[in-house]
Amino acid sequence: MRDAVASSSFQQGTGSLPNNTAGFDAEREDTGMMYRVGQAAMVLSGAALVALAARQGRWKTIGAAALAGAPLVYRGATGHWPVPQSVAQKASDAMTSPPIEAAITIDKPAAELYAFWRRLENLPRIMKNVEQVVDLGDGRSHWTGKSALGFKAEWDAEIVDEQEGRRLSWRSLPGSQVYNAGTVWFDEAPNGRGVVVRVSMELAGGLGHLAGKTFHGTTLQQVKEDLKRFKALMETGEIATTDGQPHGNRSLLGHIHNPI
Amino acid sequence: MRAVCWNGKTDMRVETVPDPEILNPRDAIVKITSTAICGSDLHLYDGYVPTMKKGDILGHEFMGEVVELGREVKNLKIGDRVVVPFTISCGSCFFCKKELYSLCDNSNPNSWIAEKIMGHSPCGIYGYSHMTGGYAGGQAEYARVPFADVGPLKVPDGLEDEKVLFLSDIFPTGYMAAENCQIQPGDTVAIWGCGPVGQFAIQSAWMLGAQRVIAIDRFPERLLLAQTWGRAETIDYEQVDSVLDVLNDMTGGFGPDSCLDAVGMEAHGTTIDAKIDKTKQNLKLTFDRAHVLREAIMACRKGGTVSLAGVYGGFVDKVPMGAAMNKGLTFKMGQTHMQKYMRPLLERVEKGEIDLSRVITHRLSLEDAPGAYRTFRDKQDECIKVVMKPDGHFHAHGHSHGNGNGNGWEH
Repeated sequence: MRDAVASSSFQQGTGSLPNNTAGFDAEREDTGMMYRVGQAAMVLSGAALVALAARQGRWKTIGAAALAGAPLVYRGATGHWPVPQSVAQKASDAMTSPPIEAAITIDKPAAELYAFWRRLENLPRIMKNVEQVVDLGDGRSHWTGKSALGFKAEWDAEIVDEQEGRRLSWRSLPGSQVYNAGTVWFDEAPNGRGVVVRVSMELAGGLGHLAGKTFHGTTLQQVKEDLKRFKALMETGEIATTDGQPHGNRSLLGHIHNPI
Repeated sequence: MRAVCWNGKTDMRVETVPDPEILNPRDAIVKITSTAICGSDLHLYDGYVPTMKKGDILGHEFMGEVVELGREVKNLKIGDRVVVPFTISCGSCFFCKKELYSLCDNSNPNSWIAEKIMGHSPCGIYGYSHMTGGYAGGQAEYARVPFADVGPLKVPDGLEDEKVLFLSDIFPTGYMAAENCQIQPGDTVAIWGCGPVGQFAIQSAWMLGAQRVIAIDRFPERLLLAQTWGRAETIDYEQVDSVLDVLNDMTGGFGPDSCLDAVGMEAHGTTIDAKIDKTKQNLKLTFDRAHVLREAIMACRKGGTVSLAGVYGGFVDKVPMGAAMNKGLTFKMGQTHMQKYMRPLLERVEKGEIDLSRVITHRLSLEDAPGAYRTFRDKQDECIKVVMKPDGHFHAHGHSHGNGNGNGWEH
């Protein structure tokens, strides 16, 4: 079991989720809307397979479809696949994505960088998908986020562990709409170039992970961008931007921000 | 305001767009009095640079008057006359502190795009595709200048625009390329490309102590300027069978000590490799045409230096790395570290060591830009360098605007 104090997988080379966090456990009381949507989808797709096959009217086809569709229906209805728990757990672990990890070197003292990060209300300035963070005191905070697709999410989080100027660990509270847990480290760069800021973040596995990417907007690229914004803000006092500058007539596609 | 906007391959249009605004505390707004078309703009014109969007404002060689300041800019005043470097640098990151300003970590908001192609991103650049940040450029009436406390160089009133404008890019670029040649006493420097950057590289090679400068091109007016102003020996590559043989003859069998590529990715050549390059580029199999790069490697003497000033965007084929490795060549290259060179080079201009306006052949209105791009690219009308002024500037001085035939305005 790996608790929040353990070092990142940069150092250990492991990537498994700690056992005491949600993982992909669909049998919890309050499973959240995403899981329910997922389960409904499975039931529907399983049923749809059989229905489509039935339209063809040939028993072999219907039989094959039922074989394919039944597990889906079962999974959707009960919350686990019709296989032994050990097999299901292995599969779930396999679907669990490894933690997202990124690092950047910033030429400022660790204390200054830590202080900025610890003041959680600052984080929306560098995290593109976070609209607001309210510090509720006692290590707890309330987050409002949005993904590129415009989906909004709100969740509560708690600081699991902190060491001033060195390390900060957090996780979303159980039952949250969005699951994530992470740690940020601030270590002196060995060559005197500043401080290496490392982030390791975890999202729920399987469908939850996919949901996390799509609706929560957190991916490796996003974390890297957030760190770059952090670096720019700390080193220069501002974040370089071209939003709001003039341009000529755009094409239809050109109105999308992403130029590729 | 009026601005030159990219609308697709060979489609530049002057459009009316909103004026720029201060977006960050270290920004300034500059009212542009003179601006130029760069050889690298031609790669945008010919559609060879990816991540362009219809409507992007071009131009990265510009100067003018400060008209607005962000609250954190303390070293400039409203009314200051400044030349703006084409690269945007923060001044505080690892690279800026090492004077490697074109490698700034913090000035490209789209660094992720450049990272995909290059591994790491160079700095932001005005008017040069979204890969370098998508910054609106300076072929316009106004420009927003980020990190205005690091970039813009104040210039004295006594020097008119065309005597200082090229401190914005091409003079420092030619100079840094010549410096990258690592010139020793007695050295021969061969320079491919007698466009404006090549001309300034020639001038700089003498300043840096070269004993001989050999310049290579095919356009008579450019070779002539290299001879008369540049005091260089010249080779017209369309008149000789082999540039390599000629260079070897001229250097008594050594080859030039340093080879400077002031041409870049749209190299033109008469040999088979150049033809293959062009075909592949047309078929979109490759970004860059490397003819000059190949020739420079083959021509360079053993243990010599190859200096790259010409812009490359992506990937090149069939570059003789075997020759480079076995001859023990040194390669030095990069986008210009502007802030390192602008001030010392302004001093040279102030002392009268060099007249930057010698490369100008066409003086036009900003409204003439679409035609000017074609003229510049095709070297029509003996075009070497185009400088443009926004029309408002004309009217203020009571002259008629350009007619596209050169010398569109006078002082």
